[in-house]
Amino acid sequence: MTTAQQPEVSLEMAREFGLSEGEYNSALEILGRKPTYTELGIISVMWSEHCSYKSSKKWLMTLPTTGPQVICGPGENAGVVDAGDGDAIIFKMESHNHPSYIEPFQGAATGVGGILRDVFTMGARPIANMNALRFGAPDHPKTRHLVSGVVAGIAHYGNCVGVPTIGGETNFHPAYNGNILVNAMTVGVAKADRIFYSAAAGVGNPVVYVGSKTGRDGIHGATMASAEFSEDSEEKRPTVQVGDPFTEKLLIEACLELMETDAIVAIQDMGAAGLTSSSVEMAGKGGLGIELVLDDVPMREEGMTPYEIMLSESQERMLIILKPGREDVARAIFEKWELDFAVIGHLTDNGKLVIKMHGQTWCDMPIAPVSNASPLYDRPWEPTPAAAELEESVRALPSDKTLGDILEKIVACPDQASKRWIWEQYDSLVNGDTRFMSGQADAGVVRLPGQTKGIAVTTDCTPRYCLADPVRGGAQAVAEAYRNLSAVGALPLAVTDNMNFGNPEKPRIMGQFVGAIQGMADACRALDFPVVSGNVSLYNETNGEAILPTPAIGAVGLLPDAMMAVGIAFKNEGDTILLIGETKGHLGQSLYLREILGREDGPPPPVDLDVERRNGDFVRGIVREGLAVSSHDIQDGGLLVTVAEMAMAGGIGANLSGLDGADAGVLFGEDQGRYVLAVRPENAAAVQEKAKAAGVPVTVLGKTNGTALTGRGGEAITIARLKKANEAWLPGYMAAAE
Amino acid sequence: MKAAVIVFPGSNRERDAVAALEAASGTKPHLVWHRDTELPKVDLILVPGGFSYGDYLRSGAMAAHSPIMREVKARADQGVRVLGICNGFQIITEAGLLPGALMRNAKLKFVCRTVHLRVENTDSAFTAKYRKGQIVRYPVAHGDGNYWTDAEAVKRLDGEGQVAFRYVSDESRDDGAWNPNGSLDDIAGIFNAKRTVLGLMPHPEDAVSAFHGNTDGKPLFDGLVEALS
Repeated sequence: MTTAQQPEVSLEMAREFGLSEGEYNSALEILGRKPTYTELGIISVMWSEHCSYKSSKKWLMTLPTTGPQVICGPGENAGVVDAGDGDAIIFKMESHNHPSYIEPFQGAATGVGGILRDVFTMGARPIANMNALRFGAPDHPKTRHLVSGVVAGIAHYGNCVGVPTIGGETNFHPAYNGNILVNAMTVGVAKADRIFYSAAAGVGNPVVYVGSKTGRDGIHGATMASAEFSEDSEEKRPTVQVGDPFTEKLLIEACLELMETDAIVAIQDMGAAGLTSSSVEMAGKGGLGIELVLDDVPMREEGMTPYEIMLSESQERMLIILKPGREDVARAIFEKWELDFAVIGHLTDNGKLVIKMHGQTWCDMPIAPVSNASPLYDRPWEPTPAAAELEESVRALPSDKTLGDILEKIVACPDQASKRWIWEQYDSLVNGDTRFMSGQADAGVVRLPGQTKGIAVTTDCTPRYCLADPVRGGAQAVAEAYRNLSAVGALPLAVTDNMNFGNPEKPRIMGQFVGAIQGMADACRALDFPVVSGNVSLYNETNGEAILPTPAIGAVGLLPDAMMAVGIAFKNEGDTILLIGETKGHLGQSLYLREILGREDGPPPPVDLDVERRNGDFVRGIVREGLAVSSHDIQDGGLLVTVAEMAMAGGIGANLSGLDGADAGVLFGEDQGRYVLAVRPENAAAVQEKAKAAGVPVTVLGKTNGTALTGRGGEAITIARLKKANEAWLPGYMAAAE
Repeated sequence: MKAAVIVFPGSNRERDAVAALEAASGTKPHLVWHRDTELPKVDLILVPGGFSYGDYLRSGAMAAHSPIMREVKARADQGVRVLGICNGFQIITEAGLLPGALMRNAKLKFVCRTVHLRVENTDSAFTAKYRKGQIVRYPVAHGDGNYWTDAEAVKRLDGEGQVAFRYVSDESRDDGAWNPNGSLDDIAGIFNAKRTVLGLMPHPEDAVSAFHGNTDGKPLFDGLVEALS
């Protein structure tokens, strides 16, 4: 091959690129020579943790990924499930943690852009966005700035592209001080027989580049996402990409318009490692070679080298393999939308990635051997030791505080306080198909465009549970997603997982990962709730301090009619309030323990998957029969906090005579598998009968009534007081900086 | 009633507008691409919400110079009704169909929530189905809704019945506390002098069905159909 003028490659350089000595040696062996500078760059990103999943793959393989509803599981740009009537739902969640910490606005914005592309690249029109955010302690000097920037970035991108952001979750904990988590999820809808995949086919077929021009932004972003942070990480700001949601909106419309023709063989977005991973993956999946002429790549800057072009992570770009002779059809569509369109190469039969520029060859290496040699590690791991059970006396309510004081403090704590300040910055209504958004129901609900059928979407994880017991925490995250979907009346279809952990080279951290996967796998299997897509983000550590293990679960459920869904708000005076499920009073790792007693200990609540399934099936049935007026699963804060949320959402109080004499375990315990329903009084007996027949424990808590929570020893806790505390925290906190 | 909905690169609420128009009139509106230079014969032109051209220059400023806008202005001069919603309000204001300007929200943040509006003038095809002083709930979703004009002009707008909607409390209080964007005099929407052009920031098209949980926007579309059929 012609050797063009490039810097001399060495082991030292390979190390700088993030390769180990062993990895560098296998590159030498595969090529039978020293790689060129461009080749070394390409190999280093292909073998990075971010692109190769080298530490996690062994364990990800143990997750259940199949089921009658699954059209396409992990391995493509996003997962695809069957929604009946020829409709498919396509979804995925992905992290953009490191970039969002370095540059919160652009980091979060491009996170949204990337996950949108993963979904529409498969032929789906995006119909809902969600996000799961974890920030450091509120009193950490950087937290306010990060919250402000991340939320503005998500809003900037999601609002402009016209996809409603319908929900999510936000937590605060000191373990995220140096490593925030920004996990973004997109759900789209396509026709089940019009789904587009990424495997290239057809030797000689043109390789087409569309979207924005390529610049020097984001070079080696994938490598950055595969290393721990240190104090100098903020100097990495130039590797964060800049998003342009306007171009993304045009790209969505242009791609969907092209997808209505028969011109496309395969399509993939240019995400992490840009042109490198898209070209290598497409050709690799098709068992073909690919030759690119980089002179034809639309460029934003002068004098870019092949290395820079191949590793650029400029946003809003797609790679398409067209059928021969369809270039003009495609070009006309992209020109109408004022987007760049360029034929930059073709498919070959030699299995090689060949890169030419300025008449010279800069890379000529076999794809399959390099992809297949991508290292896989079975990293040593240690199980997390079991936490000691709490002493029984913890269940007694403190004598120096009223119940009102306790409840007020819990609903106002940063994790539990209203996130209205965040969600009002997101356009949750665009498209006119939103039934429920954040704060209104346990899951966001949208209908499919032009149909009555709806989908429910939720994101869930309780990191404090995962730290104390990763297996239980992993199972709980899945079970909570199942409950949130069931509570609105949706049938849970499938899961996307976003595994956020620390440095996998530490056995303690690897043990958290292995444990969480085990818990998730058990729960997904028991609930027929397969994992169809996901993303792994490791090395979330700064100066050796790891984040809480955070296996964020995104999940989608189906509603035959979106109007069947019910929200959490109390609607009428005099409705009967029912507790579904068994209360044991588990206070380990509860919010009550942390916020009122100042302790973060004990084991998290056990998860009985048979009970989850039985109770979920029951609640879903009651909602679908139209018997539930309001429905809310019991999670953070326990029973009394759940009832308080229903009261605050509806502006109607409750007389809770069924809780006379209850202790802290009953009021604030976080036992799993439970829901609170409000039903019309004339239906209460029928619902109780049905529960009995299904073997589901049911207890009458009281009646909706007035403007306060009353009934325990006469103390009336007004909704106005709770609402004020619940709504005040976040705006007050954010305003303190202004 | 025949309607046209203008689509710019970056429009994103055109489908909401089409659905509301179709539900009210029983007729699918024409979608007209911004680069077109001719409009079909229509009774109503709707300029929808979104982020035309990304709103990178100034909201609506680029779209106001699109080829189709010359035709929209000509039709407006002939008395064809024009409804600009959100980004559409910004575009028709930039194009000179309405006085004033829309600036960044006073708190500098995008805001999406349901607000209360008072219908200030029912003497138009847009507002005829409401009662004067009626309080309605519409959602808002915008970052640049802060309406501004000079003091003299606002007096004139008020005096000549060109203020269509104001942000108020559910009990019609207009002390500014209910205004999501800091607009002058709590203005949410204005008419041109003949009240044949309406621009407003809130979204009546997202409040027209039981599905939306809010039908307060429906009378606006029903009123247009009644007046223009």
